[in-house]
Amino acid sequence: MYMILTVAAKEFRDGLRNRWVMAITLVFAVLAVGLGYFGAAASGRLGFTGLATTIASLSSLAVFLIPLIALLLAYDSVVGEDEQGTLLLLLSYPLSRLQLLTGKFLGHGAILAVSTALGFGVAGLVITLFSEQVQGGELWRALGFFILTAILLGWAFVALAYVISVLATEKSRAAGLALIVWFVLVLLYDLLLLGLLVATSGGQETVSTLPYLLLSNPTDVFRIANLIGFEAAQAYSGLTAIAAQNLLHPALLLFALLGWVMLPFALAAWLFQRRRT
Amino acid sequence: MEGEPVMSVVELEQVSKVFERLEALAGLSLRVSEGEVVGLLGHNGAGKSTTMKLILGLIRATGGEVRVFGQPPHGAQAHHLRLRIGYLPENVMFYEQLTGREVLRYFGRLKRVAAGQVDELLERVGLQGAADRRVKTYSKGMRQRLGLAQALLGWPRLLILDEPTVGLDPLAIRDFYTIIDELQAQGVTVILSSHTLSGIERHIDRAVILGGGRLLADGTLEELRARAGLPYRLRAYGRFASDDWPEHLPVPALVTQRAADGCLEFSVAGQDKLAALRGLLDHPAIQDIELEPPSLEALYAYFSAAAESGSLPPCT
Repeated sequence: MYMILTVAAKEFRDGLRNRWVMAITLVFAVLAVGLGYFGAAASGRLGFTGLATTIASLSSLAVFLIPLIALLLAYDSVVGEDEQGTLLLLLSYPLSRLQLLTGKFLGHGAILAVSTALGFGVAGLVITLFSEQVQGGELWRALGFFILTAILLGWAFVALAYVISVLATEKSRAAGLALIVWFVLVLLYDLLLLGLLVATSGGQETVSTLPYLLLSNPTDVFRIANLIGFEAAQAYSGLTAIAAQNLLHPALLLFALLGWVMLPFALAAWLFQRRRT
Repeated sequence: MEGEPVMSVVELEQVSKVFERLEALAGLSLRVSEGEVVGLLGHNGAGKSTTMKLILGLIRATGGEVRVFGQPPHGAQAHHLRLRIGYLPENVMFYEQLTGREVLRYFGRLKRVAAGQVDELLERVGLQGAADRRVKTYSKGMRQRLGLAQALLGWPRLLILDEPTVGLDPLAIRDFYTIIDELQAQGVTVILSSHTLSGIERHIDRAVILGGGRLLADGTLEELRARAGLPYRLRAYGRFASDDWPEHLPVPALVTQRAADGCLEFSVAGQDKLAALRGLLDHPAIQDIELEPPSLEALYAYFSAAAESGSLPPCT
């Protein structure tokens, strides 16, 4: 455990040093406050209005940003150390590969958790202070759930980044692969689903398999989780609303996200054991 | 032999290693005793790094047996072994954004070393002045010294250094070997590899020459020289009269060079060198004499060529 924490502490300190923590916190805070304030601009008003709208627009932005940030943060974790020769050195220490990867995950996970909670937390504080309409308790419940799912989404992509990093033989390839994974999971997947729906004209079979198709993509799980609680938000969300009506309970969605953290991590750990160096 | 007085720190028995289709090592047997400084020599791809990784337990042998401090270097008990081993990989780039002290602290924690030892080691390798500068600003020599400090964390009993002097200037190489000599005096076993042979000669007890994953030669430099039978180079300087060059020695010697400035160079067999020297000393015009043993380069070339032509003298 001491070894794991040593590695985690180093990764976290690197995150502070590289201004990752600060940058992510700032981006999230500015985005959340901005969206909250200008969210209703389309209806001709400014100011903090509906909570559902704010969370809906926040989640549709976060679903692009968080995976990208997580992949950028962690894509070179293994292949980067391999390239600079420190991986070989670390493995000659009394430290197992699983300990090394777990330590890195705790460090990267902490960077994401701290900056996500801080960034959106500050935004929540600003919104409660300046809004008359939004109820404090309701806001914090919704925002708390949003932050929790956002952190889990980030962790899932950190774990996916490790899979990439373990598989890649060069850092530049890992970067390219990370971009492809981001593009497929964040953009392409939903387009394909939409295409499938249109092609089958919303046939009964497609609609019944849709929840499972949505569960097999962490970004969709995140999106549904944050839209499901708000009827108003369902109006905005198009595709996800179709499946949101049945069998996608928040607890199940959290569980699915947790699975999306653990499975890729286990895969990365397994692949790492088999890696040549 | 059973019950040897000196313990074998590293033992390789008929070890082979195959990467996919590439045979990196083929039936390598090697034994390193406690307190020895062994030079692992060979061209790139000879199997030096593979041998080191096998000893470190970073990779597993395809065949044969590896034992370090009498135990296999991988598996459950290997963690305990690793506390007693220091390693400096080839071309390692430490975390550039950290300072030298921070790098050493990180690795020190992973080796469960007391924090005070980091400062001690920084001083030992002469980096105390640059300890709080980022590694990014370090010269090649400073990086290598940091690497050595890292390998010395926890005062290991076995030190494995992969190409430790590559890219270093002569002064840095000298400093480096000064530290190695000190460690040797403390009874630390050192295995270091090199593909350049200059500078290493006076600091190793034994040379192990590898080529194509096989052992080409193994022995002290004197033994290897005797086995190769390579000639010594003997140079005589003097103001010789044009008809009085001391070209005829009492022993068979081949004149290899005859420069107008009065330098005469012979090639003499090892057992004849003293007789040749005596013969030269009698000449009145001699001002200076140089005797140069066959270099490691020459030995290396000899054993490599012998292996290639298949006329390899049997290795023990």
